[in-house]
Amino acid sequence: MSVAIATAARSTAAGARRYGLWITTALLLAGLPQAFASPIAIAVLNKMGIAIIFALSYNMLLGQGGMLSFGHAVYFGLGGFIAMHALRLLGGGPAALPVPLLPLVGGLAGLAFGALFGSFSTNRAGTVFAMISLGIGELIASSSLIFKGFFGGEEGISGNRTRGLAIAGLNFATDVQVYYLIAAWALLATALMYAFSRTPVGRMANAVRDNPERAEFVGYSQRTVRFVSFCAGGFFAGIAGGLLAVNYEIVTEETVNLVTSGNVLVMAYIGGVGYFVGPIIGAIIFTLLQSLLSDYTEIWLLYLGILFLATVLFVPTGFAGVLMMHEPARRAGRLHRLALPYLAAGAVALGTAVGVVGLLEMVHVWSSAATGRTRLRIFWTSVDVARAAPWLVFAALAVGGVLALRRVAPRAAAAFGEATDRGQGAAR
Amino acid sequence: MALRHLLLVALALLMVALPAGAPPQAQETIKIGYIDPLSGPFAATGENGLYQFRMAAERINKAGGVLGKKLEIVGFDNKVSPQESLVQLKKVISEGIRFVFQGNSSGVAHAISDAVLKHNQRNPKDRILYLNYSAVDPALTNEKCQYWHFRFDANADMKMAALTDIIKQNKKLTKIYIIGQDYSFGKAVAEAAVKMLGQKRPDLKIVGNELHPIGKVKDFSPYVQKIIASGADAVITGNWGADMINLAKAANEAGLKVPFYTYYAASDGVTAAIGAAGVDRIRLVHESPAPNPKAPTDAAAYYTAYKKLYPKNDVNQPRILTGLEMLAQAINRAKTTDADKVAAALEGAEYTTLNGDRVVMRKADHQLQMPIYISVHTDKNIVFDYDNSGFGLVNESRVELDKATLPTSCKMERPGA
Amino acid sequence: MFELVFFSLLNGLVFGMLLFLLSSGLTLIFGMMGVLNFAHAGFYMLGAYFAFTLTGHIGFWPALVLAPPLVGVAGALVERHGLRRVHRFGHVAELIFTFGVAVLIEEIVQLVWGRVAKSYEVPALLDFPLFTLFETSFPAYKSFMLLISVGIFVFLFLVLTRTRAGLIIQASLTHPSMVGMLGHNVPRVFMVVFGIGSALAGLAGVIAGPVLGTFPGMAQVLGSIVFVVVVIGGLGSLAGAFVASLLIGVLQTFAVALNYSLKDAAAALGIGLAAQSAFADLWTVTIAQVAPILPYLLLVLILVVRPMGLFGTRET
Repeated sequence: MSVAIATAARSTAAGARRYGLWITTALLLAGLPQAFASPIAIAVLNKMGIAIIFALSYNMLLGQGGMLSFGHAVYFGLGGFIAMHALRLLGGGPAALPVPLLPLVGGLAGLAFGALFGSFSTNRAGTVFAMISLGIGELIASSSLIFKGFFGGEEGISGNRTRGLAIAGLNFATDVQVYYLIAAWALLATALMYAFSRTPVGRMANAVRDNPERAEFVGYSQRTVRFVSFCAGGFFAGIAGGLLAVNYEIVTEETVNLVTSGNVLVMAYIGGVGYFVGPIIGAIIFTLLQSLLSDYTEIWLLYLGILFLATVLFVPTGFAGVLMMHEPARRAGRLHRLALPYLAAGAVALGTAVGVVGLLEMVHVWSSAATGRTRLRIFWTSVDVARAAPWLVFAALAVGGVLALRRVAPRAAAAFGEATDRGQGAAR
Repeated sequence: MALRHLLLVALALLMVALPAGAPPQAQETIKIGYIDPLSGPFAATGENGLYQFRMAAERINKAGGVLGKKLEIVGFDNKVSPQESLVQLKKVISEGIRFVFQGNSSGVAHAISDAVLKHNQRNPKDRILYLNYSAVDPALTNEKCQYWHFRFDANADMKMAALTDIIKQNKKLTKIYIIGQDYSFGKAVAEAAVKMLGQKRPDLKIVGNELHPIGKVKDFSPYVQKIIASGADAVITGNWGADMINLAKAANEAGLKVPFYTYYAASDGVTAAIGAAGVDRIRLVHESPAPNPKAPTDAAAYYTAYKKLYPKNDVNQPRILTGLEMLAQAINRAKTTDADKVAAALEGAEYTTLNGDRVVMRKADHQLQMPIYISVHTDKNIVFDYDNSGFGLVNESRVELDKATLPTSCKMERPGA
Repeated sequence: MFELVFFSLLNGLVFGMLLFLLSSGLTLIFGMMGVLNFAHAGFYMLGAYFAFTLTGHIGFWPALVLAPPLVGVAGALVERHGLRRVHRFGHVAELIFTFGVAVLIEEIVQLVWGRVAKSYEVPALLDFPLFTLFETSFPAYKSFMLLISVGIFVFLFLVLTRTRAGLIIQASLTHPSMVGMLGHNVPRVFMVVFGIGSALAGLAGVIAGPVLGTFPGMAQVLGSIVFVVVVIGGLGSLAGAFVASLLIGVLQTFAVALNYSLKDAAAALGIGLAAQSAFADLWTVTIAQVAPILPYLLLVLILVVRPMGLFGTRET
């Protein structure tokens, strides 16, 4: 009896802990527009919410299913187009469709196309799958400009979200209302995708990714497992596309093109494909860089490329992976011991970054700006690229930084090792 | 547990990086937003545009500014993406800017026009104006016209009207080949050409009407081969960028000597890249006269001053100065930066360009009415070359305003009407 | 009609052989290392830009000799310090790595050379029409391109079949571990092959730059088409790459000449299709219009029906 009560109490506590996370997140999401009220902040938040769903749906293929896709934008974009057509067709008519359900239309479209293209592309994994996804991506992207009737050509298709059926006075005239819609869908989609990763199919997707032969021995067809994951990925990408249609009230060919497909890969990878939350972090970082970094530098794409390549080379587990690495140390309560070595390494890394960024910005001014312009405003000062001094300073910072990093980094790594080892020892 | 920490980190990231809602403070200057590509493959065009806006603002400020204040150009990078343009538009609104210029890509132009219209409907107290200096899709001042959009470039149909007028007079031309990129603009050019040539020169034969995917063609030789096989004695194309350069080069290689009437085959690297391959072959239809063989004194002084400031760039869009000066004059006349009043002041406004042309902002569709010019790519008689290449454009013919003007199907909704 | 066919064939041959220059390196790298190198077209672009800069200083001919080895060294460095590092994380990581390198090369090219197209021109020595037939001239430079690519093809063929190094490479293609056991330094073979493959791509860039344009988007334009070639030919098969290159080259040039649409085909069969239906775009689009995207359709079809490609022996 007492055992049962104790178990029940424990499970309630566990439940509270489990759902607490979601509730906290929901409350936070509800409060965000109060903290950031300017139109641009809301616009960036909206963009971020869509990117999060899209990146998570991509990770259902790459991270959980081991399928590297270069054409995931197809499902995102087609979802958006179909949702927009639905809004236009049903928007003003008697059979008006409530705007909050529009993402579902996009999702179903994504699912349908996922089933269509997935039926033959998921037969194999690996390079064959990657190449087929690339081919389909190219085909759809090229067709989007040729078939004007459906895709609207270069100017895309636009609609008016306020024409939809208003529910409880919500007519989505303001971006804040759209924010709440996106936040709600993002939370729901995230929860569903998380739940999917816990179902037998989700688990089998991992198994097929890691060892398809053994998965077959267990009695699962690797094809079917991949196909199901692929369809689910298409469904959620379509939801993101539907939200995009609501948010921008316009869907253009760029939503299906290869740049969008490449971006979602970058998002997921920077965040960490091995972890469920990885793509969320990646989507946040990517969106911020894309929309805000370009205010400060014209070569933001280069920095993004460097960041991506550095991730692939040095931290293939992504941002989330680095954080998770510190879990044992945190559990052992030794995280504070890392502060000093990390601070040292961080300071050196920052100095190196300043040097490298300075050099790159100066090369940029020197090579592509008008020759008349030699002054560059950087790091709150102004330098003259025609003179040697700033080049030397930045070069010294960059080279010196790399040399110093070689000394400091091992120390930080050693400190990490120590904290982690002891932590594990203590846990044992 | 871990999941929660990760989420917290993600949220912390957000907090640090997102700009908090600071109210726009009282402004010393009048800010003008410029939304165009400042990074990525089209940045060269966008940057050159930004420099020309800065130059134009400088000229206005030297002459006393606007309402006693100085104009300030603020660049916003839209990466030629319609969606990103809308995000940047929010930035413009956040900073309290009321006037937005944009020009590259009609796709972006439609997105911005639509967004500005919706914004102004939903926020009547906080309206903004969209000033289009270069996107030429005729729809923007016809079936998709709207009150808050003003265009300072001649639209594709006006240019085609002018071009077909030239072709009408040249009886030697009997077979025309049309080739273009397979998207809205390429198709619009082809349709207009077929329609207008049919009216003006029923005897003329269109021997080819070809569309190819945009930016996907590696080798244009097969297309040139088709043009040669058709026996065409002139080609009309709306191609731009690499598709234009490679078409010109392939024509040169195959020895195709007929004139190419183009819209975008000059400047921002294109002139240099086409080089000798385009001499006496490439012709350009544009809204302002080429600076050669001789530019009016004022214009020449302006071009020289620009070249001194930005030696790698050229004034390739004199309409930027036209647009900004017309806006400045309208604000001065309205005595306020209130978008409603400035828009009213812009309607029907007249202006004399640097080149001495009289232009009018037509009230019915907000399309600037202007004479149109056709010039030829060459290295002879060049005073102001493009891309420092020694090659440039020399004026060939001018089509007067009455020939270039077209009726509009625009029925715009006016505020308060 | 004859001149159209004749010149289309000739142009198809020139373009096809250029594709072969590019795809030979890619397919060698794939065959040996199992990596589809997304950055391959990036090296092609680097070749063109290197040659453009070198031409300005020392002239076209020295640039033709110097630029490809420079690109080769760049490729070898990427393999040695990048690819080898991510090798242990598996093929997906390698693919993603090369994708990142491709992005980075494009950005670096823009940083160093700017974003506008470069006026990299055909050398004056070859800037004349070789012959003129039916008012159409064939430029001497194109025959030079053809000559170089055929020369490389013969050279590659001889090296791979007649020399010791070639035999080791061939063996590494099929039995890498066995080659390692026999005492050869497999990682070094990988590096050398990657370097040579990149150099070949660089050479393609050097000779194609003046004709197809030298601009930051040039890698993207050719990038995926090269994949199509190696996949259709069979991953890792040099002979397959050769056949597929010519196939794609000729297919593309000929498709351009065909102004037929589904509607025309239906009309020939006596079926009338409504011009104003929602699918009107689908009926009226002509083969010529979609010529440049036909290869992707072919890619998908081949992969679905025969994942090992035409001449391939294994899947991935």
